[in-house]
Amino acid sequence: MRVKWLAAAAAVLFAGNAYAAEVSPAVIYDIGGKHDKSFNESAFAGEEQFKKDTGIGYHEFEIQNPSQYDQALRNFARRGYQPIIAIGFSQAQALEKVSKEFPKIQFGIVDATVDAPNVRSLVFREEEGSYLVGMLAALKSETGKIGFVGGMDIPLIRKFACGYVQGAKAVNPKIEIFQNMVGTTGDAWNDPVKGGELAKSQLSRGADVIYTAAGASGLGAMQAAADAKKYSIGVDSNQDDLHPGSVLTSMVKHVDTAIYSANMDMKDGKWTGGAKVLGLKENGVGYTSDQYNKDVLTADMKSKADEAKAKIISGEIKVHDYTADNSCPM
Amino acid sequence: MSSPIPAGPDRKASGDGISAATAEKPKALARPAPDKLPAWADYALLPLINVVAAFVVSGLAVLMVGANPLEAVKIMVFGALGYGEGVGFTLFYTTNFIFAGLAVAVAYHSGLFNIGAEGQAYVGGLGATFVALALDHFLPWYATVPIALVAACVFGAAWAFIPAWLQARRGSHIVITTIMFNFLANALMVWLLVNYFIQPGTMDPASRPFTEGASIPKLGGLFSLFGADLGAAPLNLCIFLALIAAVFVYVLIWRTKLGYEMRTVGLNPTAAVYAGISTSRIIIITMLISGALAGLLALNPVIGDQQRLQLNFVNGAGFVGIAVALMGRNHPVGICLAALLFGMLYQGGAELAFDMPQVSREMILVIQGLVILFAGALEHMFRPGLTRAVNMISTPQRRRMVEAGEASR
Repeated sequence: MRVKWLAAAAAVLFAGNAYAAEVSPAVIYDIGGKHDKSFNESAFAGEEQFKKDTGIGYHEFEIQNPSQYDQALRNFARRGYQPIIAIGFSQAQALEKVSKEFPKIQFGIVDATVDAPNVRSLVFREEEGSYLVGMLAALKSETGKIGFVGGMDIPLIRKFACGYVQGAKAVNPKIEIFQNMVGTTGDAWNDPVKGGELAKSQLSRGADVIYTAAGASGLGAMQAAADAKKYSIGVDSNQDDLHPGSVLTSMVKHVDTAIYSANMDMKDGKWTGGAKVLGLKENGVGYTSDQYNKDVLTADMKSKADEAKAKIISGEIKVHDYTADNSCPM
Repeated sequence: MSSPIPAGPDRKASGDGISAATAEKPKALARPAPDKLPAWADYALLPLINVVAAFVVSGLAVLMVGANPLEAVKIMVFGALGYGEGVGFTLFYTTNFIFAGLAVAVAYHSGLFNIGAEGQAYVGGLGATFVALALDHFLPWYATVPIALVAACVFGAAWAFIPAWLQARRGSHIVITTIMFNFLANALMVWLLVNYFIQPGTMDPASRPFTEGASIPKLGGLFSLFGADLGAAPLNLCIFLALIAAVFVYVLIWRTKLGYEMRTVGLNPTAAVYAGISTSRIIIITMLISGALAGLLALNPVIGDQQRLQLNFVNGAGFVGIAVALMGRNHPVGICLAALLFGMLYQGGAELAFDMPQVSREMILVIQGLVILFAGALEHMFRPGLTRAVNMISTPQRRRMVEAGEASR
């Protein structure tokens, strides 16, 4: 009902607005920056893909401090860019304000929900993808010990960790999971040396599969696992080709396709506001299987993961979302 | 115990014997041009030359990425000063930098290098937030804000107290301890925000938004009386607080007994002890004042702008304060001007990144870094040349004075 209403509203908007059909996308990266090897970069990839396919350029801005959230959104909105996509939950409050001031401009936000008719909220079920790679890690582990290296101790990363733990325990309830965070400042996303050190420490305690959710810091952890001839799991984008034979799989979060299709919808006049929750079912998250990891990811493991995937989609397995109540049952 | 700061020509600038030194400097050093400049050249011309040099080098960098440097300067200046909202943002950042610069400068006068303004401001924000969360439903803003102000000062000062005590009583170097306390502040705040302040069901590690009861009026209304439209700029009453703090620092350092003691300890701790001044007492008091000033910084972003406690809200302002203090010669007037320059760089830089896609966020950092490099690290690069030039054109009268001084000796 609500969706229908929104679609109708959108249709009216397009009919009355001359440049609405003329898509001129803008993207506002979060403080992490465009090249964070993580979701900001994934957003960048989505915009680049759109530019390549359609020849329509886009505008971008990298936030330097929180006071700029409002400013950047308004600057783009005032110049009539749309859709304007804000990356990261930190921009939610600013977007709530600005989307009301510019009801005719269409906005998007990744990783947060803003309840306004002209905002498309793109939220991912990271816990579902993490559950699957947690299972794969537990299936691969010979020592019964696995590791997790997070960037910063914030709810988003705990959400990854919580899904991972649930998946691993579903396979082996006695499994031991080491969890470490790289740091307490924004630098935590960009410190491969520290990421590597944490991974080495976990490896020396007996872990043989390490999952990272730490932006560029994770690259260090994956290097450490490759050096020790152990396994690692990449995150956000497909990182299987970094160390073939050592990267077990990657938990991909398709920010790029979400943004690409947002722009495409705008171009084709199919834009809708409202929340889009992208989980396994919507192919918003998942694990990778390609020529780089075919030697380490066995058919047996894959079939077990796919079985769980089907059950999660059907609702038979419920993966707890850490951010729903800020706690993890495990 | 000994004062950590290297003595430089700067040192004299912090005293008030500038004019006297020009004439009475003994010629025994055999250097033809003593490194003394008339005050106008020292305080205005030299910083100006430094900034211009920084911009010339930045211009080359902008040219290298294929953009027009003149166009870039135009966008930056217009973005920072050309319209109401830009001015509002510029002054908003300026407010932060004044507080941070004053905090660094106060410590510097006692020979202490406070690198910890960042952490002290962060923890100061915690104090302000406690008050705001506790009282915003019960009291109007003009009652809440003064209490929050005191809390921010107390928390900032408390965070500076431990490094100060360690320096005064145990000789642990204040530079190291204050840097370390920045990391401790980060860890503490992440822990508090993620585990206690966060609202259930949200991703954002931030406290709940404050109500009207804990807000600081924006200056949009005031400016509109003069026909200026500040737009959505977060400029608020805190800027007046910053200016009051600058006056306070001036009076404290140059017009009180305590300030005299602080400067004495900074110039020569051994002599200070001989004169009956307790250096450890002065170190601790200085750092408490410095930390309190840094804590005040937090009011501007936390209560004045965002109205909630956020992760990393200080965002480097405490570190910029070091450059601001260096550039402003540790004098409140200089600090206000340097803070304004950095405010313009911040706001103009954002505008530049917006309008010139070739100029990335990192390029803006390069430009800001060059200004810091030329104004801080290379501060004395042009000094010998400039001194010679100034001496060459200086009036024969001064030369006569110097000669007369020598003859009478």
